[in-house]
Amino acid sequence: MRSFKKAATPYFIWALLFIVISLLMVLYYAFTGESGNFSTENFVRFFAGSSLGTLWRSLKIAFFTTLICLVVGYPLAYAISRLEARYRTLAIMLIMVPMWMNFLLRTYAWVTILSKNGVINSFLRYIGAAELDLLYREGAVILGMVYNFLPFMVLPIFTVIDKMDEGLIEAAADLGCNKLMTFIKVIFPLSLPGVASGISMVFIPAISTFEITTLLGGNKTNLIGNVIEQQFTVTGDWHYGSAMSVVLMVFLLFSLIFTRGEDEMGTGSVTSTAEVDRE
Amino acid sequence: MKAKRIIVGLLLLLLFLSGCSQGQNRGEVVNIYNWGSYIDKDLLRKFEEETGITVIYSNFNTNEDMYVKLKSGGTNYDVVVPSDYMIERLIKDGMLRKINWQNVPNIKYVDAEYLNHVYDPHQEYSAPFFWGTLGIIYNTTLVDDVVDSWGILWDEKYSREIIMLDSSRDSLGIALKYLGYSMNSVDSGEMEQAKELLEKQYPLVYAYLVDQTRDVMINAEAALAVIYSGDAMDALSNNEDLEYIIPKEGSNLWFDAMVIPAGSKNPENAEAFINFMLSPENAAQNSEFVYYSIPSSAAKELLEEELRDSEVAYPPKNKLKELEVFRDPGPFIKVYDDLWQDVKNQ
Repeated sequence: MRSFKKAATPYFIWALLFIVISLLMVLYYAFTGESGNFSTENFVRFFAGSSLGTLWRSLKIAFFTTLICLVVGYPLAYAISRLEARYRTLAIMLIMVPMWMNFLLRTYAWVTILSKNGVINSFLRYIGAAELDLLYREGAVILGMVYNFLPFMVLPIFTVIDKMDEGLIEAAADLGCNKLMTFIKVIFPLSLPGVASGISMVFIPAISTFEITTLLGGNKTNLIGNVIEQQFTVTGDWHYGSAMSVVLMVFLLFSLIFTRGEDEMGTGSVTSTAEVDRE
Repeated sequence: MKAKRIIVGLLLLLLFLSGCSQGQNRGEVVNIYNWGSYIDKDLLRKFEEETGITVIYSNFNTNEDMYVKLKSGGTNYDVVVPSDYMIERLIKDGMLRKINWQNVPNIKYVDAEYLNHVYDPHQEYSAPFFWGTLGIIYNTTLVDDVVDSWGILWDEKYSREIIMLDSSRDSLGIALKYLGYSMNSVDSGEMEQAKELLEKQYPLVYAYLVDQTRDVMINAEAALAVIYSGDAMDALSNNEDLEYIIPKEGSNLWFDAMVIPAGSKNPENAEAFINFMLSPENAAQNSEFVYYSIPSSAAKELLEEELRDSEVAYPPKNKLKELEVFRDPGPFIKVYDDLWQDVKNQ
């Protein structure tokens, strides 16, 4: 085991350079003013002004995205895990393969599908139906997020259900549970660790994305990720941008704590990698 | 042991590579930092052939991006091409070097009306590269009203058919102009009115775009859009239903100009490059490639007819007088920024 630890040294150096030091730099910028003096003005500006509204909207959209991913993704993961082994691999491949393509490219494809003269509207025009105004709306942003982040919900849930001890399910049946009760009493509680990591793997990118809102939202649905990006590229106010990043990090930290709580609740055999590390 | 050998090998390679780039620095180079797709790359090759100076070329996306990079140091650009208000800020911060005009005789080809503007009143630091206006592009098959005022962007008839610029300066500037104020307003009351006007407009807006506007208009996905003249020129040549106008209330006139940063290591080479780009022949070639307007009548004469006689690229001179050039608002830019965020937060 010792040699394994040594092998991780490059990663520790990497983490120190590119995670710890950059995090400290973000904190430094967040708590300083233009002249480099200590100040909390960036946070005062954040909590007094329009950014609070943006943060609220981001939380809302990230919440709905996560909810839809869960509602769609859970049954899908469950259904895949019940498939015969050869179909199971195929189904997982079908979920994974689109992810090999560039994320921006896939999102851009939705512009062509949803736009006024796009695929959907051309078809509607062809059959003589009324055209729909789909692109550059909040709905398009949520669609884009669900489309991009769904695999991150399906895969962890699938892994947990797939590895579940069949014996437990059989035992439940022996003890008189019907299929529904088996699911409610046994399968669902055991799959909660997967649900928890799925939730955090969808929620975190959803709250901080800015490419999807730019491409599918036409910048009308301004999210906190967009505002942070603008502080660095358009306004050039690194201090304010860093302060917003810090606030966002605090929120993400909360969601991680929530996830860990779920993990400890779950009594299943599958524990998250973080837990394995500690052991 | 093996790992050690690999690491030593990598370090040696690194030393060797850094040695290479140092060696290159000893040759004659000019390090250019310009907007994306703002030059015909053939011109760079031509410059290298004519002068024997190697060109190192890189791009930036926004003035602010460029400013931060220049300010943080560690870079050694010799020629940068910022916009007017950013040049004003760079001069204020003492970050530019005066150009020695004796090495840049071709400045004589630049027309007087493009010189000595507010951003560089004595024309000491900058040589005009391109200029343009801000206006409305519209699709004649989708708009049957006369388009001559910013007001049409508030017409409910065109709900979800309007594209605004995703830029705080430009969008608030348009609202200020429509209200009859200066685009460079630093008055909180005026700013508040402009913001309210834009909030009223929000439901009518299809999207807030910058670079995508051109494609959306070419594909007739929207009826009206706010656009820069060069992009408009490009769009017009791809879709003949499109028209471009500068609203009667006035608009923004902008300049991008070549400057030499104070820390430039090769100022003579920079001046050689600036001189090269100002020559009518080269300026014309570049303009035909990127579609923006050149500040020189001598160069304009060499353009293809379609571009030379275009009122989009070269509006009548009396019209230009009513246009306003952006000034550097200093820290007040934060107010623009926050209000713009308010507009988009609905």
